[in-house]
Amino acid sequence: MERFDRRYIFLVIFIIVLFPLIWPIKLPIRVSKEAMGAYEAIDKIPPGSKVYFACDYDPGSMPELHPMTIAILNHLFSHDVKVIGGCLWPGAAPLLEDALNKVGVQKFGKKYGVDFVNLGYKEGREVVMVSVGRDIPATFPDDFYGTPVSQLPIMKGVRNLNDLAMIVNISAGYPGTKEWVQQVQSRYHVILAAGCTAVSAPEYYPYYQSGQLVGLLGGLAGAAEYEKLVGVPGTATRGMDAQSLGHLAIIAFIVLGNILYLYLKKKGKLTRR
Amino acid sequence: MAALLTIAVFSFMYKDNPLYKFAEHVFVGIAAGYVVAIEYQNVFLPNLWRPLTHGHYVLIIPFVLGVLMFSRFTSRFNWLSRWAIGLMVGTFSGLAIIGFAQGDLVAQIQANMVPLRAHSLIDTFSNVVIVVGLLASLVYFFFSKEHKGALGASARLGIWFLMVSFGASYGFTVMARISLLIGRLLFLMIDWPASFGIQLVR
Amino acid sequence: MVIDYFVPHPLVSGVGETLQQWAIIVVAFAYVLGVANIARISGQKISRRSGDWLYQFPLLAGLAFMMTIGVVWGVGERTLFNDFYLYAYSPMQGTMFSLLAFFIASAAFRSFRMRSFEAALLAIAAVIVMLGRVPVGALIWDKLPVISDWIMNVPQMAAKRAIMIGAALGAISTGLKVILGVERNYLGGE
Repeated sequence: MERFDRRYIFLVIFIIVLFPLIWPIKLPIRVSKEAMGAYEAIDKIPPGSKVYFACDYDPGSMPELHPMTIAILNHLFSHDVKVIGGCLWPGAAPLLEDALNKVGVQKFGKKYGVDFVNLGYKEGREVVMVSVGRDIPATFPDDFYGTPVSQLPIMKGVRNLNDLAMIVNISAGYPGTKEWVQQVQSRYHVILAAGCTAVSAPEYYPYYQSGQLVGLLGGLAGAAEYEKLVGVPGTATRGMDAQSLGHLAIIAFIVLGNILYLYLKKKGKLTRR
Repeated sequence: MAALLTIAVFSFMYKDNPLYKFAEHVFVGIAAGYVVAIEYQNVFLPNLWRPLTHGHYVLIIPFVLGVLMFSRFTSRFNWLSRWAIGLMVGTFSGLAIIGFAQGDLVAQIQANMVPLRAHSLIDTFSNVVIVVGLLASLVYFFFSKEHKGALGASARLGIWFLMVSFGASYGFTVMARISLLIGRLLFLMIDWPASFGIQLVR
Repeated sequence: MVIDYFVPHPLVSGVGETLQQWAIIVVAFAYVLGVANIARISGQKISRRSGDWLYQFPLLAGLAFMMTIGVVWGVGERTLFNDFYLYAYSPMQGTMFSLLAFFIASAAFRSFRMRSFEAALLAIAAVIVMLGRVPVGALIWDKLPVISDWIMNVPQMAAKRAIMIGAALGAISTGLKVILGVERNYLGGE
């Protein structure tokens, strides 16, 4: 079996994933209670409040996390909630900028510096998180464009996370949700909702069960669920058909591989490496 | 450019080739240059240079420590970088102790104190499974005593819970990987043709 | 940092805040050090003509170009830096990661073997979760998403919590060893 050319497997996966992207099947999406938790927490925020949006991912995780960012920003801006965005990954600031412009400016007509701000990237991981909990202007003296934050109307009256309604974190790994829970939620007892890659999601379920996270969006499925909740179908919803068929293909490979293994073992044709 | 580089990287699926190698090395160079520029604009200028040149002279200390990091390139003076490393490691260790103790240890043990008799049968069963599962999995990681008898049986049960969690993690990992492929295919099928005014798919 | 958590006195928290600000600056220098090391290693490969030394030229060219345009002309919207981020860095990184989908499919067929009860348990949990999390699972059997959710929130969560608690104990002891000077490997093998 090791001699089987794996490029045939690559081709099968490529075709199976491509097919529903060209001809959508539109399978119905079911919303999980973890996604509903995040939605309800954000829904409760009074209009005019401010939220810290921690954008901790880069282009490598964009397919899973950018749709989440767009959907959540849709929800926040539709409720007139102001967004203060910060990044702990070097590649995140332009992605946050893209999302804020697409949703805030182009869709809702929001104004930079008044309704939202991109504080940009800061190196320091957990240190930055604790520092943000203590003093946001000292941690981010300038925004992404180099404007002193003291000059921005949105930052008036904002000293630290206690002046904000909640934190929404979208993360692809380290530093990310785990560190926000450990360093910020546990220390300052703020409301925290998180979206993460599907790889990381299983390890955050204990945080959701303990109440340290009020909601959890896991991977593309989580993004699709949130898009359904806010009524703005996007890339994630479109991708779920392909996701479904992709999963069926992987399961088929597992089953086929094991059947072939048992057959060859029975025939004594398996060679030891 | 984006589409061509995407196809160059995808060409690795057929076999390793010079086009892929070129794209790979260009990516590493661009990523490294990107980091330096971002650090300069988003950290060095606002957090160090501007405050330092406006009177916060105490920042000369982290500036010197940062510069001393580069002594690692010399074999004779690389000991100078230990001061900076010490500051970083000390700060992160202190934060890690508090973070893990408060966020992972205390909070998680507290959260596991669930009622073993809940309102519904399924909740009762689930809570019992949570408590038994946690204890059995923790027993598996206890290596001070040989896993025999009751301890061995608990450890075996713990392994089963761990296998279920690894299976769930595998399932989610598959989901993540397929999602990443979907993202790139959507770019090639929708975003790239759209830049030429072509709608390839609905 | 530990004392800062327990003692809210301004003297202590002031020192803690200052140390955090200094750490942010020093860590940024560490990142630049890493990039300088990449450049140094590439230079060595070129001078020794070793391995894929020819490919180090586009690597160094990309590094120098991106660094220069970012430092000189800025990193905001509508800069050349941002354009290269959007049309070179972003698609290449995305595509590199998307290759993993093919490898996981290949591994599923060639390497995933249910040789024991535990391996079978792993496979069954994986299949249920994979189907339960996507729309097609509900079409196959409407209880599948419910079972998948139960697996994620109960046995999976319990095991992950055990791993978390074990890791927390390890991290706390390592942190204490570092602070007390017992662990000094980070200084370079003393």
